[in-house]
Amino acid sequence: MAIAVEMPKMTDTMEEGVLVQWMVEEGSVIAAGDVIAQVETDKATMDVEAYDDGVLLKRVAVEGDALPIGGLIAVLGKAGDDIAELLARYAGNGAPAAVGHADTEHAETVPSAAPASETPSSGVKASPLARRMAAEHGLDLGVLAGSGTEGRIVKRDIEAAIASTSQTLKAPDATPRQMASARSFEAVRITQMRKTIARRLSQSKFSAPHFYLTVDVAMERAVIARRQLNTEAEAWGTHRISYNDLITKAAAAALRRHPQVNASYLDAEGEIRLYSYIDIGIAVAIGEGLVTPVVRDADIKSLSEIAEETAAMAARARARSLQPEEFAGSTFTTSNLGMFGIEAFTAIINPPNACILAIGAIRDVPVVNDGAVTPGKRMKLSLSCDHRVVDGATGAEFLSTLQGYLEEPLTLLL
Amino acid sequence: MATLQLREAVRAAMIEEMERDEDVFLMGEEVAEYHGAYKVSEGMQEMFGPGRVIDTPISENGFAGLGIGAAMNGLRPIIEFMTWNFAFVAMDQLVNNAAKIRYMSGGQYSFPIVFRGPNGAAGQLAATHNSSVESIYSSFPGLKVISISNPDDAKGLLKSAIRDNDPVLFLESEFMYGMKGEVSDAEDYTIPIGKARIAREGDAVTIIGHNKSYWRAMEAAEQLAADGYEAEVIDPRTIRPFDWDAVVASVRKTNRCVIVDESNPFASVSSEIAYQIQARCFDDLDAPVKRVTSKDVPAPYAKNLMEFYLPSAEDTYRTCREVLYLD
Amino acid sequence: MAGETEATKEKRATKAVNNLPKHAESTNGHMRRVPTQKGFGASFDVYEADAVTHEELDLSTEDVLVMYRNMLLQRRFEERSAQMYGKQKIGGFLHLYIGQEAISTGTVDAITVGHDSVITAYRDHGIALAAGMSPDACMAELFGKVGGCSKGKGGSMHFFSNEHRVFGGHGIVGAHIPLAVGIAFAHKYKKDDGVCVGFFGDGAVWQGSFHEAANLASLYEVPVVLVIENNQYAMGTAVDRAAAEPDLYKQAAGYAMPGALVNGMDVFSVCKAMRNHVAMARRFQPSIVEIRTYRYRGHSMSDPGKYRTREELDAEKSRDPILRLKSYILDHGIGTNDALDAIDQSVKEEVMASVTFAENSPLPPLEAIYEDVYSEEGFPFLT
Repeated sequence: MAIAVEMPKMTDTMEEGVLVQWMVEEGSVIAAGDVIAQVETDKATMDVEAYDDGVLLKRVAVEGDALPIGGLIAVLGKAGDDIAELLARYAGNGAPAAVGHADTEHAETVPSAAPASETPSSGVKASPLARRMAAEHGLDLGVLAGSGTEGRIVKRDIEAAIASTSQTLKAPDATPRQMASARSFEAVRITQMRKTIARRLSQSKFSAPHFYLTVDVAMERAVIARRQLNTEAEAWGTHRISYNDLITKAAAAALRRHPQVNASYLDAEGEIRLYSYIDIGIAVAIGEGLVTPVVRDADIKSLSEIAEETAAMAARARARSLQPEEFAGSTFTTSNLGMFGIEAFTAIINPPNACILAIGAIRDVPVVNDGAVTPGKRMKLSLSCDHRVVDGATGAEFLSTLQGYLEEPLTLLL
Repeated sequence: MATLQLREAVRAAMIEEMERDEDVFLMGEEVAEYHGAYKVSEGMQEMFGPGRVIDTPISENGFAGLGIGAAMNGLRPIIEFMTWNFAFVAMDQLVNNAAKIRYMSGGQYSFPIVFRGPNGAAGQLAATHNSSVESIYSSFPGLKVISISNPDDAKGLLKSAIRDNDPVLFLESEFMYGMKGEVSDAEDYTIPIGKARIAREGDAVTIIGHNKSYWRAMEAAEQLAADGYEAEVIDPRTIRPFDWDAVVASVRKTNRCVIVDESNPFASVSSEIAYQIQARCFDDLDAPVKRVTSKDVPAPYAKNLMEFYLPSAEDTYRTCREVLYLD
Repeated sequence: MAGETEATKEKRATKAVNNLPKHAESTNGHMRRVPTQKGFGASFDVYEADAVTHEELDLSTEDVLVMYRNMLLQRRFEERSAQMYGKQKIGGFLHLYIGQEAISTGTVDAITVGHDSVITAYRDHGIALAAGMSPDACMAELFGKVGGCSKGKGGSMHFFSNEHRVFGGHGIVGAHIPLAVGIAFAHKYKKDDGVCVGFFGDGAVWQGSFHEAANLASLYEVPVVLVIENNQYAMGTAVDRAAAEPDLYKQAAGYAMPGALVNGMDVFSVCKAMRNHVAMARRFQPSIVEIRTYRYRGHSMSDPGKYRTREELDAEKSRDPILRLKSYILDHGIGTNDALDAIDQSVKEEVMASVTFAENSPLPPLEAIYEDVYSEEGFPFLT
């Protein structure tokens, strides 16, 4: 007979849990006590264990689903068991429908509130896809802002909401009114992405001793070179080149000459790895965090190839459709805040890279040439280095080479 | 691969099928001694003789009906209309006879006949010479409707159409007859009727376009790519039966769709596509299905008005940006 | 060939676009040629009633009785179907052929049924039965049953039998005339020696499709006989109210074809005319034959008949082709009253059996709605 595996109550304040990860496949043979999934509660990510032996007949919840306590996560049983009736009992919102002999203790623990999204919020403009996604993720459309035409809630808004899951903790009826004078706060669920960012950057900052080098690059020739390249790009029908693309290309060329910078300090393996290839990660901000899509073999690729690839990956990153293999495994990373007018900043190394390049804005500055003040263009580049693998002089030499390439872009052709 | 003009691809398909099956013949205005109003059938009368490449008087109703009768009695006619605009006087033959007699006879007769000719806008010819007929004819069960955008599809699909045992309307284009393209030189090259072609893969927006509109779709996709959005472009190739699976799969991926259709908007192919998308994948839509069509007026003569009348790549690009919520 | 000069013949030869065998000169010297008032010097053959005997047509007494039965079967079948229409067994339109039976019966005598082709308009029960289609299949079709000659998908106006080379049964006035030419074109193309007889009414003459088809038939010299069944009324409009030239056979002159006028109340006249014109067609000389007849019933079952008088109808009924043949049989000692009554009795039984068959034939299954639209299996219909 099929057995329901329900969302367990794991903490005393828990009302619902988010199924973060499945640990077993459908069809797997399970023994009581096996961990079948991980669930994120309001306090922690915890293991869900099976209480019965059997075959995992169906994974009802999908990763990311928020289920109330008692909601159906999975069905266990013997292969071939009919699970339709059981599924029907839980149909709708994942919580079991009233069963005649439900014990009172159980009944008490099941919250009566149904997810707010059960009835589409009337008067809210949302695309059909957004409505479906909201229903699947238990989001209330009524509290979301739409970014589509006439404020329509569209896919990207739902994705942003899922990423923040800011509203999953709202209890619809618990505290209908708040004191006007209350010092209120909004509890924002820490997303998996934020957790990952937190973990990796903490690890980097705590384990890799950072030091920082800054140069001010004369960009006059780079500006002219880029303008000429883009005139050609238009004529050839190839992708337009951004300053960032130019820097990616120049950094790749400089890395080729300074392999010590294109490296990793791997404590566990007891080795420093010098990579024969140059894969440059480019940090892209996406609403709730950032990802670093990687341009592979950037030293070999042409500028227009780099430009096209970067633009496509950035678009996919913003659309949350980047595949994991597209943002994993860089050997060097750049981060550009120039578009926000940031003059200079230092970045935290993206492990296991040895260095990260922080790119500032191109500024119009007065420069003194032969005693005369003339208008010039300058850009600050800051290199954060992991001192375990890159020494001061090594980093400085790399940065100097990079500066040379950008100040005389023609030398990139050498 | 051989590089052929579209007219040459159409001709090659007819020649191969006439060599393969002597029940196939070509009939129409100026197809024989004049060598075809658009030189499609150039040289064919010399190859096959006046008994199989046959000039007609200007009697579309008459020779369309003649072809249908001949098909009922075992032949496989190719009936050329100089343009589909001139076939309106033969419309009764197509919709009442070619489409329906098989059904009304309980399946006793087959109609292995192809009606072909250029469809849609052909420049500054004013209103009578710029009609798009695909939606009209596709609304009649019993007919099949193909509308091609390039030489390769022209050859492969026309050969399939000639071999098909049902009446097929094959829509070409005056503007595209001179267009060159690679054509498979595979022995006996055919393309199945009813299968769309995914001309360009992408995940940002689905653009559907057939015949000349296909090229507008491709141009718009290029512009979108420059903005960092990869459009998926579908050339349905066959209008009836339509490859809904291809469209649905694509819209499930992109969550939005723009249709480019040279027809006037009311009850056009784009109308049906839009209906089917909302019926089949409503919950996958992140934006309303939009379309770019000719204006809802008769085609004008003046050059600027005619350009304004037709759907453009720019209109298509702009509409795609709308459904992507970019503007 | 009737009405053709050496000059026009030569022109035809150079204009001929078909490389298949040219027509041979027709020789129908026994026909009367009458000068006409408006025919641009063309002459036409006229086949009057009572002008030919069964012996002259090489018909045995047995053949004559078969003809009689053939006509009577059409008559009784339609009388019974009129009753069934009243009992709501039959839906839609029901156009009766009653009064015109000599045309169908005379024509099937002139062709090889199953080899030569016939095609007609919506008043099609007569030619279908005359050509040998079973009354069972025809009545079941009227009833909309699966046992019908078109599986219940065509109804009264759309009888088809490929086996009998009956190409329909067509509901749009004049639209099937180009098909007749195309069917004939295919006979010639395939060199199968077949001929197509295309019937249509006086009303269809004023459709463009007739004129286009007539021109193509003559231009391509296809083996077709275009038969105008002039029953005097296009629905309710008398011929002379619709036709600038009420002598419809004269249309032949405009398309350089032989034309003929036939009295359709005498089956022997029809027989003789159609034999001649089918023979011409077999030699790739198409022609136009106007057969004057009379429709005793309304255009359809809902016709109030206001456009003609009782007296006119009664006068025409006295010329009834079946009564005429009956008198001929009795006068010539071909059969006795008893023998003819026995024929009538057997015909009535056959028709009653067809009603029983139609009653018992099942309705088409609903899934049949998607069948027979395309030759192709599994067409993805929209739902």
